[in-house]
Amino acid sequence: MVNLSDSAEGPEGLKKNVFLTTIDNVYNWGRVRSMWPMAFGLACCAIEFMAMMAARFDLSRFGMEIIRASPRQADLMFVSGTVTKKMAPNIVRLYNQMAEPKYVLAVGACAISGGPFKEGYNVVSGIDKFLPVDVYVPGCPPTPEALLYGVMKVHEKVMGQSVRTAPWYKRDQLNEPLPMPVLGPDLYNPKDRDALKKLTAAKVEHG
Amino acid sequence: MADPTILTTAADSTLPFDDAVSGAVLEATPNGLVVAADKLLELATYLRDQQGYDYLSMVTSVDWPPYFEVVYYLYGVAKPKDLLVLKVRLPDKVNSVVPSLISIWPGADLQEREVYDMMGIRFAGHPNLRRILLWDGFQGWPLRKDYKESYYEEDTKPFKSRHPDGKHLWAEDRVPWKDNITYPVAWDPDLFTQPTVQYRKIMGVDAGGNGDGKDLKTERVLINMGPQHPSTHGVFRMVVAVEGEQVVGLEPEIGYLHRCHEKIGERNTYIMNIPFTDRLDYITSMSNNLGYVLAVEKLMGLEAPERADYIRVIMAEFTRIISHFIAVGFLFNDLGAYFTPALYGLRERELILDLFEAAAGSRMMCNYMRFGGVFADLPAGWVERARDLVWNRLPRVMEQFEDLLAGNEIFLARARGVGHLSAAEAIAYSMAGPMLRASGVPYDIRKVQPYSIYDRFEFDVCCRPEGDVWARFRVRMDEIYQSLRILKQALDGLPEGPIMPPGKRQYQIRVPAGEAYSRIEGPKGELGFYVVSDGKPNPYRYHVRAPTFINLTSLEKMCVGHKIADSVVILGAIDIVLGEVDR
Ligand code: SF4
Repeated sequence: MVNLSDSAEGPEGLKKNVFLTTIDNVYNWGRVRSMWPMAFGLACCAIEFMAMMAARFDLSRFGMEIIRASPRQADLMFVSGTVTKKMAPNIVRLYNQMAEPKYVLAVGACAISGGPFKEGYNVVSGIDKFLPVDVYVPGCPPTPEALLYGVMKVHEKVMGQSVRTAPWYKRDQLNEPLPMPVLGPDLYNPKDRDALKKLTAAKVEHG
Repeated sequence: MADPTILTTAADSTLPFDDAVSGAVLEATPNGLVVAADKLLELATYLRDQQGYDYLSMVTSVDWPPYFEVVYYLYGVAKPKDLLVLKVRLPDKVNSVVPSLISIWPGADLQEREVYDMMGIRFAGHPNLRRILLWDGFQGWPLRKDYKESYYEEDTKPFKSRHPDGKHLWAEDRVPWKDNITYPVAWDPDLFTQPTVQYRKIMGVDAGGNGDGKDLKTERVLINMGPQHPSTHGVFRMVVAVEGEQVVGLEPEIGYLHRCHEKIGERNTYIMNIPFTDRLDYITSMSNNLGYVLAVEKLMGLEAPERADYIRVIMAEFTRIISHFIAVGFLFNDLGAYFTPALYGLRERELILDLFEAAAGSRMMCNYMRFGGVFADLPAGWVERARDLVWNRLPRVMEQFEDLLAGNEIFLARARGVGHLSAAEAIAYSMAGPMLRASGVPYDIRKVQPYSIYDRFEFDVCCRPEGDVWARFRVRMDEIYQSLRILKQALDGLPEGPIMPPGKRQYQIRVPAGEAYSRIEGPKGELGFYVVSDGKPNPYRYHVRAPTFINLTSLEKMCVGHKIADSVVILGAIDIVLGEVDR
């Protein structure tokens, strides 16, 4: 933002009252200050998320205290906790239901990679196998301070986006919903279909 | 710790209860009575009605090489010192069936489903035997010893294969699917359709209907709540059958946070499990630590030094206060007092967490207790800070809570008489903790079977006869006062001295073969750890009796007849934490 008084030209009275800026700047500033997170607690990390909202850390300083239970009204999804295979389809569905622009913050070791429970038979090795993640906050659980830092990183990302190039304003670039994983004998990601068919076929041939 | 008596063979070598139910008990071992499967129902009825064993505390199973063993832990509420362990051995591992005990103790419902889900043992007569933690259609029975998860490396940790040439190997690189998945040979995703659950029980299908409720005067509708729902405290899901707004049936649908705690626990060495117990009920990590170390200490015959015992009690009681603050705060959340009471609770929680962080190094996942003591001594100034909280701050906060919440008219109108459970029902449903005490059963493990050093402190068992949501709120509030009372005594009496037994601290502990069950009065109820050792560095079987999981059994009973909005409040009053429900 530039105040006119910084530059030499223009009538004196206007100089102190007119600011020049870009649409992007104002628009993104507005978006950053009213980013509504989705109330979406998966596991232990969600408790630290609540601590971040509560009195001491106070998320409302960022204009983010309105926690929405409905994905339709949310801008930011905190994947806060262990993603299990049983839960994965629901998370993808919730993501698909969020309106653009939307951001995902992976909170904690579990959401990043499976964390301490990685080897478990019901645990997904990181939510990024299914969703695009914007910011990762490591920790088990991350402290509320770390979470706030992650939130600020999301803000930074938002500030860097431009209305002109943002895909969600272009008709032909509307995002397709992500494919929903299926609970078969194990979790099946439709994206892996071809690779999977090749592998199972090979197994049959070799007994 | 006073051990309950376990019935073993008397000197005259007659088998126990043989005169009443002949042929039921096949063998009396030091770890329990081996019962014939076909006599189980008869014996159980006799034990409940004639012997006073009215409380089925835990059902679990062990996969021994020659047979499966289903294990039942029975107590009597009126004679808490007596423990009776029943075991049914099933040599037929392909087609193993035991009679369901649901008709005698309805509290067996979810636990039997869990055993079925994890071990593949079927329960004859169970009305709704399907997978509970995993989904219908999952391949394999995870807790069987021959089940290998996708990322399987070796049977026990520490794994040798992790750093072959000093370089880390990604788990994804070791498996053909490049991910934590396995598919059966020739499984074709194109031909697969997901099975749908019918909810026959709550839709009244088996009671003569055809599932669409057409035989009824009003239409019965299924409503799904969760796993993403603001009132379910995490990823809990319940399927509610309603007629109008009236709940006529309800089924908890859980497992969305099933993190394979027990399977991982059986691969871990004993000490590796302590941080995992933190993540069971993630609000009360100190209590979970305590329950687990007590179970292993019982197997090892280890005693903590006096100072460590005091520190443990202090930590456990602080944890109880946190848990009850959060329970009360979020109960009001569910009632529509959006977030303000919860904020008050969380504010006090921060102050207690500061103490935990100072002592253990971590706010939430404390990982503080060790076999034989605690991991680190209290830092300088800790006791003073704790005293300030206990003597000054928390009593003031409690006054505030009482003023703002306890007399609130809306709260009273919505909580009184809602979710009623009588004393007999609470016992039959194996309810534990504040839920049981709010139904008028003065059963607190700290009193009836004191563990650690709880026998030295003076406190009252909080109990209310009403059995409704209001009573559950009241019991929790009263327990905070009692916790403060215990804390005052413990902080006053805290002795100097070592915090671990003498000798070098061991990473790899030796645990003699045997089995132990230790139960503590966790903030949410009877938290039990069942550990079976075969003398190896890792537990052969490791099972957690999670209080909130079992408390969910009675959810349907409490909700039926109320409006659907009340079911949210009733659920909130159970105070579930999904990490523990699903494990
Ligand atoms: S990263 Fe740690 S604290 Fe967070 S959900 Fe996973 S286990 Fe819990």
